Amino acid sequence: MKKNSKEFVFSRRVDAFFLDVVSIHKFITRFFKELFRRPFEFKEIIHQCYVVGVKSLLLISLTGFVIGIVFTKQSRPPLVAFGAASWLPSLIGIAFVRAIGPLVTALIAAGKVGSNIGAELGSMKVTEQIDAMDVSAVNPFKYLVVTRVVATTVMLPILMLYCTLVGMMGSYLNVHANELTSLVSYFDHAFSSVSFIDVWSAVIRSFFYGFTIGIVGCYRGFNATNGTQGVGKAANRAVVFSMFLIFAEELVAVQITNWINGI
Amino acid sequence: MKYNIQQGESRDIVISVSDLHISFGRLAVLKGIDLEVYKGENFVVLGRSGSGKSVLIKTIAGLLKPDKGIVNVLGLQVDKLKVHDLQKLRLKMGFIFQSSALYDSMTIRENLEFSLVRNFKHMTAREVLKAVEEVLDAVGLREKINEMPSELSGGQIKRIGIARTLIIRPEIMLYDEPTAGLDPITCTEINQLINEVQSRYNTTSIIITHDLTCAKTTGTRIALLQDGNFIRMGSFTDVFDPGDSRVKSFYDYNFIQ
Repeated sequence: MKKNSKEFVFSRRVDAFFLDVVSIHKFITRFFKELFRRPFEFKEIIHQCYVVGVKSLLLISLTGFVIGIVFTKQSRPPLVAFGAASWLPSLIGIAFVRAIGPLVTALIAAGKVGSNIGAELGSMKVTEQIDAMDVSAVNPFKYLVVTRVVATTVMLPILMLYCTLVGMMGSYLNVHANELTSLVSYFDHAFSSVSFIDVWSAVIRSFFYGFTIGIVGCYRGFNATNGTQGVGKAANRAVVFSMFLIFAEELVAVQITNWINGI
Repeated sequence: MKYNIQQGESRDIVISVSDLHISFGRLAVLKGIDLEVYKGENFVVLGRSGSGKSVLIKTIAGLLKPDKGIVNVLGLQVDKLKVHDLQKLRLKMGFIFQSSALYDSMTIRENLEFSLVRNFKHMTAREVLKAVEEVLDAVGLREKINEMPSELSGGQIKRIGIARTLIIRPEIMLYDEPTAGLDPITCTEINQLINEVQSRYNTTSIIITHDLTCAKTTGTRIALLQDGNFIRMGSFTDVFDPGDSRVKSFYDYNFIQ
């Protein structure tokens, strides 16, 4: 049945956007209510942590390592031109801890984990598996949503630290190939410019990115409609929307961190 | 709750629905349904695709909320129940979905255990396994215990769907198109299984179907749903009055004269 344009307050798209905002707000509120309510699905949380963490390791290792090498290679010539090649480890340290590590990890996780959650829950929704859980007296929100969101929230900071380390290792290999710097000396230089606030800011941001990826993926999957087409849409929207939110959060986080650092 | 039916016989009402209205947008699907299902009977709801049969049992199971009207199951008004109470009630209800809706990432054993281990925490692992094997025996598929749903045929998936609900020993079984998409021989087996379940576990069932053979084989009473309301209700011979053109279209559709 086609709706008349007069039935919308603004337009179909604008109305849908505001309805989505209200709906996602309710979804998040429900998450926090269910999070502290029994039963706690510890076994499933651990399983999801494994899915989010261990199964993303290869992709994150590869991406972090390559970015580390490429970033170092691209940064060297201008630093050499200014006679500041010795600052390279510090530059890499600051760049990875403050921005590249958290952001790259979050974007990879949004693509891999977010789409996976959106597609999995979307598929369960359209094949009535979520309803089946509901009628068999098991709370599907608790079992499917809470476990996944907790897993992404917990695992993202760990993955971020890992990605940062691997990226810096990639960078070290490039530095070592050119200047025969030792590993200890390289990391000593790299971390000399990184403050405690930088590390904590990255960890806290990653918690938020993880939560965003989990909640958006689950929300899109849980509300999937229209069969297989809907599953594809759910996965796609999970990625696009969580990436958009991650960039928005990054902008806010940078402002807050700079304000704390007095920059 | 007691109720006097036509013959003056007094029987317990397990499910009662009165003046049930449900719409999706402008589309009114159910327009004032009244229904009473008695203990131990197989009540069949017949109707064309899109007539609102599945909406009716999903409302009874508490998956959909009525726009208007009352749905009582075992004396409890379903749409007024709190989440915890609804979950308790659902332990007395089994719902078999049209697609069976088995959890495709779990083995058959995990599918069957899923509700049991979460709702009956006092059960030991051995007791759970025994319960799984028992229901798999009841549906004749014990050897499939460690297989994945994707490895089973359509008929086997339906049987496992029934086993998954039987494992919690429900008082009520809600079947949504149990024979849809199956070959005639498998349909006959599923119909027999529905009758076996009813006699062995003394369940009360609502069977949603558009298959006349299923309705005739399994139904104690039959209701024909059309345009959002029941147009006929009673035994198979009462409902299928050849003189009624609305009913005759069903005969023609099912190639049974």
